[in-house]
Amino acid sequence: MVKNWQRAGFGLYIHWPFCQSKCPYCDFNSHVSSNIDHEAWTKAYLSEISKNHHHSSEKILSTVFFGGGTPSLMPSKTIEAIITHILSLWKTSNQLEITLEANPSSIDVSRFKEYKSAGVNRVSIGVQSLDNISLKYLGRLHNGKDAITAVQTAQSIFDRVSFDLIYARQNQTIKDWEKELLSALSLGTNHMSLYQLTIEDGTVFGDRAKIGKLPGLPSEDLSADMYTLTQEIMNNNRLPLYEVSNHAFPGEESRHNLIYWRGGDFIGIGPGAHGRYYEGPKRKATVMAKSPNKWLSQIDEVGHGAEPTTILSKSEEALEYLMMSARLVEGTDLKFLKSLDLNLIKHKNIKGLIELGVILIKNERMILTPKGRPILNSVLSELIS
Amino acid sequence: MTDLSKIRNFSIVAHIDHGKSTLADRLIQETGTVSQRDMKEQLLDTMDIERERGITIKANTVRLDYLSDDGQDYVLNLIDTPGHVDFAYEVSRSMRAVEGSLLVVDSTQGVEAQTLANVYQAIDADHEIVPILNKIDLPASDCDKVAEQIEDVIGIDASGAIFVSAKTGQGIHQTLEAIISMLPPPLGDSKAPLKAMLVDSWYDAYLGVIVLVRVIDGFLKKGDRVRMMSNNSVHHVEKIGVFRPEMEAVDLLGPGEIGFITASIKQVRDTRVGDTITHEKNGTLVALDGFKPSQPVVFCGLFPIDSSLFEDLRSSIEKLSLNDASFSYEMETSAALGFGFRCGFLGLLHLEVVRDRVEREFDIELITTAPSVIYHIYMRDGEFIELHNPADMPDLTHVDHMEEPRIKATILVPDEYLGDVLKLCQDRRGIQLELTYAGSRAMVVYDLPLNEVVFDFYDRLKSISKGYASFDYQMLEYRTDNLVKLQVLVNEEPVDALSIMVHRDRAEQRGRMMCEKLKDLIPRHMFKIPIQAAIGGRIVARETLAAMRKDVTAKCYGGDVTRKKKLLEKQKAGKKKMRQFGKVNIPQEAFISALKMDN
Ligand SMILES: Nc1nc2c(ncn2[C@@H]2O[C@H](COP(=O)(O)OP(=O)(O)OP(=O)(O)O)[C@@H](O)[C@H]2O)c(=O)[nH]1
Ligand SMILES: C[S@@+](CC[C@H](N)C(=O)[O-])C[C@H]1O[C@@H](n2cnc3c(N)ncnc32)[C@H](O)[C@@H]1O
Ligand code: SF4
Ligand SMILES: [Mg+2]
Repeated sequence: MVKNWQRAGFGLYIHWPFCQSKCPYCDFNSHVSSNIDHEAWTKAYLSEISKNHHHSSEKILSTVFFGGGTPSLMPSKTIEAIITHILSLWKTSNQLEITLEANPSSIDVSRFKEYKSAGVNRVSIGVQSLDNISLKYLGRLHNGKDAITAVQTAQSIFDRVSFDLIYARQNQTIKDWEKELLSALSLGTNHMSLYQLTIEDGTVFGDRAKIGKLPGLPSEDLSADMYTLTQEIMNNNRLPLYEVSNHAFPGEESRHNLIYWRGGDFIGIGPGAHGRYYEGPKRKATVMAKSPNKWLSQIDEVGHGAEPTTILSKSEEALEYLMMSARLVEGTDLKFLKSLDLNLIKHKNIKGLIELGVILIKNERMILTPKGRPILNSVLSELIS
Repeated sequence: MTDLSKIRNFSIVAHIDHGKSTLADRLIQETGTVSQRDMKEQLLDTMDIERERGITIKANTVRLDYLSDDGQDYVLNLIDTPGHVDFAYEVSRSMRAVEGSLLVVDSTQGVEAQTLANVYQAIDADHEIVPILNKIDLPASDCDKVAEQIEDVIGIDASGAIFVSAKTGQGIHQTLEAIISMLPPPLGDSKAPLKAMLVDSWYDAYLGVIVLVRVIDGFLKKGDRVRMMSNNSVHHVEKIGVFRPEMEAVDLLGPGEIGFITASIKQVRDTRVGDTITHEKNGTLVALDGFKPSQPVVFCGLFPIDSSLFEDLRSSIEKLSLNDASFSYEMETSAALGFGFRCGFLGLLHLEVVRDRVEREFDIELITTAPSVIYHIYMRDGEFIELHNPADMPDLTHVDHMEEPRIKATILVPDEYLGDVLKLCQDRRGIQLELTYAGSRAMVVYDLPLNEVVFDFYDRLKSISKGYASFDYQMLEYRTDNLVKLQVLVNEEPVDALSIMVHRDRAEQRGRMMCEKLKDLIPRHMFKIPIQAAIGGRIVARETLAAMRKDVTAKCYGGDVTRKKKLLEKQKAGKKKMRQFGKVNIPQEAFISALKMDN
């Protein structure tokens, strides 16, 4: 029988929780800190990785992802130590993908070269915008020129470079976005993540929005139009969508993120990192202590940084798989879904949604149509209602 | 017992927010009735809703002991009353229990509609009136002008008016002295058979029904067997006492005194306010006049959003009605909403209060349907129907004619807003009866259909006058008019809970407005939804709610599915706050908001 990690891959996520400054829209587990004891952090990562080797030692590792926060602030020594350690523990696939998230304001040619020799082979840069005023609005420390330089620097060192843009920003018109996207495309990367700005509770933007001090956000119709236009432009530039917000030249998809979306196995290391993996027949859900200090001290005091592990029920597993896979253009493997839970989605609901033209079924896969994808949340809630 | 000459009974009356309850605070404090430590603002407003909204809903009685400047000890019985027009009934019956009124007028605002209404009631009740000009601590206070207004508009002598700040306590001592010197002591005969007025009653979870009484003649003692003269039911007095404002037991209540009894009465409905209480044996032969019962004027349906909670709703409404005999209820079934109750209220605030209490105290979320009044329908075959619910409107072809209730509304408004107020009244099918001026303020009296007023008239009036207009009304009569039932169809299905009765001439405009409102109130669905208004079978207005186009979350957090699950759960919870009609979910607030006419 095919194991889950064989079906959908096995990856390792490393969370680095520090940034130079906190962006007003961001609710990632990221913090600004001036004194980081890098030796202690390195030690902590290594020991947590070792601890997590036991339950998955037989699996072949296909991806490693350094996310954050801002991992491009990590000393290359730390990265190297972590990668070396991982390689000493696991067998890896031939094309082991090792991604590192980078911020344009912390890109340094020599350090990037060191990352590369440590084994990093893909970078994902938080460009967010190419417009200086917008970048200020977004609280970023870099300007448009820095961003372009950062991408070009990365391209000169790495074969696989991706970058993130945030659009549907305050007062952004569809024309503004078109122009910005086209100039971003001219950088010629083979992967781009295009996120519409989400206002998250507990962020500076969230607080402002609550008191009505965040004017100029797009209406539902404008954001839908922007999304549609984005698909058109990206298709024309041979970077089609493969997930709600992710575009790649075919074959250049983020293999690590695909593991999440396909319901594969992954281990999460670092403050607040989540993991999902099978241990025997049981699917485990793990999360580590969220606060960086707590995580570090807990490792010292009780020997690990994890919160209590939970075991997912089959119906929870099914729900997670559905929610993640529906984001993908390749869609949801209905046979696999049914093997987890026969009753999660009712035939009658599927029928209704097909009639509405928001989903289609092909080769036993359920796929959101271009009309359905932008309203995925509603489709999901209807599917399981 | 207290010597009659040493008793003063009075109510504190005023327009809403003019400071009655705050004045009561100061009187309670100045007389040392409540220790400094236990004092708090608007001490007598004990209900959650009262404290939250800063208004009095239920009249409250307190007994104060006061050593006057004349060296004598007095007993003062104070009744703090609500100011809002919905609770005018509380004021009128409170007045019947006392001999005088403190008429509080906010000296920064002047005479308002309820000030007038209260004065007329006080005069009706033969009260001595002591005018109190309150809030003199505020810079905007203008006592001379307001005193003049009192004389001009109300026509009572304001020379004895007392200048007070209920906030700082200034003028409180003078108020107490004026109560002694200007208000008459009660009359009564201690040797006559017991005659006591049942002023109010309410339900207490521990003690059962508590009855507020005013003794006129004779004595009321613990252990007495008493008879309610309206129905000759006999009860055994278990507890007897006064409010300070906590309950305090006393041995007996004599003529002129106000206090409470408990007598193992199960339901508030077993008591009748205004009733006369006497002894079972050797009782009085002459009953008091009694009060006119309060009449609900606004009706609406209350339905649980979660239809499985109907039984819970039933028991919560029964419990609330134990305490509030002024609202009525009967079961109602709606094609779309299932089981619920058709309830009658004294006004819209009363409706809100009851609804709030059901939602909060009993944790049942409700759909409130369009408020309606009672229509009189005369059928061709001579049958007469009282229509409480537009959904029950019979086929028009069988209807001979229909009548609707009209009211006489009195509005006081500063000159500069008069034009807008007149327009509002005119728009609501009003007929102007009077227009007079008092200084820079106008007093307009309108004959208006109640159905145009129950809903959002008061809010509109407040907003177009920046809060300066005040409003009071009385029932006038039933009058024939050309009324039709306006139906709303959502996605081609009629939603009976949105049906309203309107005047024929305004039906199309109302229909358009409701469709436009609903278009904003109903969230987008995955398909487009026609929203239509119809009279009989004829569509008079139509809007289309576009299909939803975007709701997906852009960023999927590295492997953190929990967040997404939470979002789905939130969506589910959101749906729970809506009711499904056919394939369409309509949020609870839509049923009320769709009716608002704010443009
Ligand atoms: N500055 C000032 N404010 C006052 C005074 N008296 C009352 N207030 C304020 O006016 C508001 C209304 O006071 P209440 O005592 O609740 O008025 P009310 O007449 O009992 O109101 P209802 O019971 O709702 O009719 C409160 O915010 C009080 O604090 C006063 O003398 N001076
Ligand atoms: C952890 S950050 C990437 C690396 C780095 N911290 C940076 O910002 O440059 C992940 C990405 O999520 C996106 N993102 C974060 N918060 C977002 C929000 N509120 N709305 C839309 N996208 C957001 C940004 O594009 C960001 O680059
Ligand atoms: S967006 Fe990136 S740089 Fe900004 S606070 Fe979040 S993780 Fe840090
Ligand atoms: Mg009050």
